[in-house]
Amino acid sequence: MEHTLTSGNVTADRPRPAKNYLNETTGLWSWMSTVDHKRIGIMYLGAVSFAFLLGGIFALLVRLSLLNPQHTLFGKQWVTAEMYNRFFTLHGAIMVFLFIIPSIPASLANFVLPMMLGAKDVAFPRLNLTSFYLWVAGAALAIGSMVLGAVDTGWTFYTPYSTTTDGAVGLMTLAVFILGFSSIFTGLNFIATTHKLRAPGMGWFDMPLFVWGIYATGVIQILATPVLAITMVLLLIERVFQIGIFDSRIGGDPVLFQHFFWFYSHPAVYIMILPGMAIISEIIPTFSRKTIFGYRAIAYSSVSLALLSFIVWGHHLFVAGESDLANVIFSALTFLVAIPSGVKMFNWLTTMYKGNISFETPMLYAMAFLFLFAIGGLTGIFFATLAVDIHLTDTYFVVAHFHYVMMGGTVIAFLGGLHYWWPKMTGRMYSEKWGRVACALVFIGFNMTFGSQFIMGGQGMPRRYFNYLDQFQPIHAFSTYGSWVLGSGLFLTAIYLLASLKTGPLAPDSPWGGTTMEWESSSPPVVHNFEEQPVFEHEPYDYRHRTVTHV
Amino acid sequence: MEWLRRLLLPVDQGSEFAKHIDNMYMAIFWLSVIMFFGLMVPMCYFAWRYRFKPGRVTPHQTHNTVMEIVWTVIPLLLCVGLFFWGIIGYMQFAVGPGESMEIQITAKQWLWQFEFPDGTRAVNELHIPVNKPVHLVMTSEDVLHDFFIPDMRVKRDVIPGRYTEYWFTPTTVGEHVSTCAEYCGKGHSDMKAKVFVDTPADFAKWMETGGDEWMHHTPEEWGRIQYEQKGCQSCHNVDGTRSKGPTWKGIWGKPVKLNNGTTVIVDEAYVRESMMQPGAKVVDGFENIMPTFQGLLRENEIRGLVAYIKSLQ
Amino acid sequence: MSTTTVDLHQDPHGHGGEHDPHHQHHFTTMEQQFDTSKIGMWLFLVTEVLTFGGLFAGFGLMQNKYPQEFVAAHEELKRWAGSTNTVVLLISSFTAVMAVLSARTNQGKKCAKYLWITVGFGAIFMCIKAYEYSADFAEGLFPGKFYSHHGDLIAGSHGYATFFSFYFMMTGLHGLHVLIGMGLMSWLAIRASRGEFSDKYYTPVDLVALFWHLVDMIWIYLFPLYYLIT
Repeated sequence: MEHTLTSGNVTADRPRPAKNYLNETTGLWSWMSTVDHKRIGIMYLGAVSFAFLLGGIFALLVRLSLLNPQHTLFGKQWVTAEMYNRFFTLHGAIMVFLFIIPSIPASLANFVLPMMLGAKDVAFPRLNLTSFYLWVAGAALAIGSMVLGAVDTGWTFYTPYSTTTDGAVGLMTLAVFILGFSSIFTGLNFIATTHKLRAPGMGWFDMPLFVWGIYATGVIQILATPVLAITMVLLLIERVFQIGIFDSRIGGDPVLFQHFFWFYSHPAVYIMILPGMAIISEIIPTFSRKTIFGYRAIAYSSVSLALLSFIVWGHHLFVAGESDLANVIFSALTFLVAIPSGVKMFNWLTTMYKGNISFETPMLYAMAFLFLFAIGGLTGIFFATLAVDIHLTDTYFVVAHFHYVMMGGTVIAFLGGLHYWWPKMTGRMYSEKWGRVACALVFIGFNMTFGSQFIMGGQGMPRRYFNYLDQFQPIHAFSTYGSWVLGSGLFLTAIYLLASLKTGPLAPDSPWGGTTMEWESSSPPVVHNFEEQPVFEHEPYDYRHRTVTHV
Repeated sequence: MEWLRRLLLPVDQGSEFAKHIDNMYMAIFWLSVIMFFGLMVPMCYFAWRYRFKPGRVTPHQTHNTVMEIVWTVIPLLLCVGLFFWGIIGYMQFAVGPGESMEIQITAKQWLWQFEFPDGTRAVNELHIPVNKPVHLVMTSEDVLHDFFIPDMRVKRDVIPGRYTEYWFTPTTVGEHVSTCAEYCGKGHSDMKAKVFVDTPADFAKWMETGGDEWMHHTPEEWGRIQYEQKGCQSCHNVDGTRSKGPTWKGIWGKPVKLNNGTTVIVDEAYVRESMMQPGAKVVDGFENIMPTFQGLLRENEIRGLVAYIKSLQ
Repeated sequence: MSTTTVDLHQDPHGHGGEHDPHHQHHFTTMEQQFDTSKIGMWLFLVTEVLTFGGLFAGFGLMQNKYPQEFVAAHEELKRWAGSTNTVVLLISSFTAVMAVLSARTNQGKKCAKYLWITVGFGAIFMCIKAYEYSADFAEGLFPGKFYSHHGDLIAGSHGYATFFSFYFMMTGLHGLHVLIGMGLMSWLAIRASRGEFSDKYYTPVDLVALFWHLVDMIWIYLFPLYYLIT
């Protein structure tokens, strides 16, 4: 049957249900005790946005501290080295543990994944709520740590500095420990959901690629996060009992901590990027109105990235005094892990070829992702190359690299997904004009802030530096101005998104003409997601029977 | 494209290794540029060429085995090539030639101590002769540090409780900076040392006398330079405020109370003893954390510091 | 996208009308719910294995660093206590299996009995451990900086204290899991004696028994590592 899409809305004739998941029950307690994955996703969205704001404020403070080497504003020095060391530590810890790790899985995937599978909820709804409250507990401890002396160890907590320094290190490690369990339970939930709650007729290779990405992320969450948990416990016990595992003065090995820490934290960066890639795999076919190219390759690449991510952690220790043999092996494996990401980029690009492309905000973010993740991924090659890593590691080059992949990758994809599913989650359309303006500000500001840092790093500017040589001042200042442009774009995004809740036009079921199952429900969905249980009947991303007459 | 290399990397190529690293960096850079434009040009072209047209039918292209194999294998081959190139460079310099001059480096919060085979020691100042391989043997007395000379492309972590090593050969005479590249607390970004690559003659002279720069300054001025370069300023302020150690302002000739209840006058003997045996007399209200400078300061430097403190009234 | 749909409003539970109170609505059948719960439990057990795995790895590396001290230190542990505990846990795993079997065959009282026996064995384990710990403390064998044992051969070496740090950490974490298991089984025993479990629904008993088997398994690795190294 041929569908003629107008405004991309397949089911324009269906009346909007009176009650949806937002207003079916009301009152604070109905939200606090909810086991509805959609409400939990919304609560998580608020939570991680708050964390992003907090981490972002620290980022702006870091950049502001570095505006000039005298650390002055209007002629007065306003920040000391001790304060600065806390700024960059808290920026990193909040962004990694409170924001980016949970971000896409706990907010967007929580909302959308069960619906993509045609399910009514995740496998373990009460566990889902538990995950959320564990996040809240972890956040409370982290904020407690900030208030009671804060932490100045860097988010990586390297020993023996972290086992001996003052400050509320114990509280922060405890926070990370609890946040780890929040993450584990989220991953556990999605794995079980993917295995057992697919709609009748939907095989593994019929699922949307978003599910593949979140599934692969869950595998990493299950296997890697416990190692972080035990590392934090060991760190805490070392501080309190001085057991002599990481502190050389009492017989421990500081490099052992690095191995433990990076054994989790390298897979962790794939926990961060896989969900972002998963979103791009949804947005590009939808806005190109064309089937995704290389479905199986993308699915397999997600799983292989998850598995390969566990065997490359040593590339964080190339100058840490490890054996040459170890360094050589990890260099080889690190090159290997670059390949699946490259495959995805080619597949996404080929999806656009001979497509029928429109440029609403989600697609603009997806294209920004391709641009920024290309740079982020390619600059990773510099580090995989052993000899070059020696010069570039621990400089601003690595700071730029990881911000390009984490922010230029994951956060950009997150913003794309947020705009893509905003109509579904809220029942409102955001302002497309402001969406495009903000996207431009974010893109330009981001490149200003971090593109310049590649140059500084290559020239020898080390990271985590409060004082710096005068020769770096122009680049530092430029980077700081970029952070203001970036911040304004993000701030603007928050404003128009929130405004749309009151003044945005009501959203149709399927504003973009997407083919995945979540678009079959109303916007916002009813409490049980679908008024009628969908049964899956054909391959994903099939645009053969749709002709779009206008957007 | 030398101007580009000078923009992206340190201008100086102070060691053999540096040239090799820069060549690799630029090769990867150009490879990345090609890859990047190889992705972005099609993306922009497709965005324009295939922009939305009502009624356009899109082809159902699900895969193309040949293309997918090609774009998996070619990047893989490029990566293999880069891997071997990286290893060759690394292995060439991971083990040094037999006749290197061994320099022991001890890092402590927040200064660098260098010790030569003949026992000569220096703080925050390293002299090495040009074109002779150097073997760094490094350890830390407290937390992790990292010895980084950007111009030489030298970098290696310095770890408490064990030794790490690095070899390099400086190839041009000149002055360079070394920085700490592993976060180590408050003074991390101040933990710099000067690295002088000397002619053999100058190097020999420095080893004998510690150089002759001191003759070109007044004692107070020379003392102030030592204050800044030898790490004193990490813990002592000269503006009257207290830091990890007492201020030097206005203390000369005045009595000071020690933590054992006794009082001494701040004179030359007291100042010298404080530098050599800091734990012998600890000022009341401060901790006994000052490291000793025994063997680390030359006589002219000590005299300079004494004169400088005297001048801070 | 064309799909056929099942209208759920007429038959909201999708089955004849008989409704198990434990049936959660996002599952279509109880069987699907049970299978999913099992998957969830196994995934959780994997995380436990990795958590302890990190500690095992740390122990192994430290043993490599201090081989002589570790051998000497382990002599201080009481082999009879460790062996007895191993047997106790093995038997308790058997009684846990019997509890599951009883639940599955609608014998609620028997299930409760086996669960209480398992809890009892867990208590014996904890008592023996408590005895061991107090004996260790009396000898000055404490973790980390509190280690105050005299007569160590290699004076000044941190190896002995490190051994005991790991010993207390790992047996402590394991003991915590034993206590948690005992708590869960006590709760289930009460529910079982109220007749809550049947062949239609015995998931909690199955899952907690699985947990208990893991606790037993971890001890099977701990015991030789600490008590039997030569």
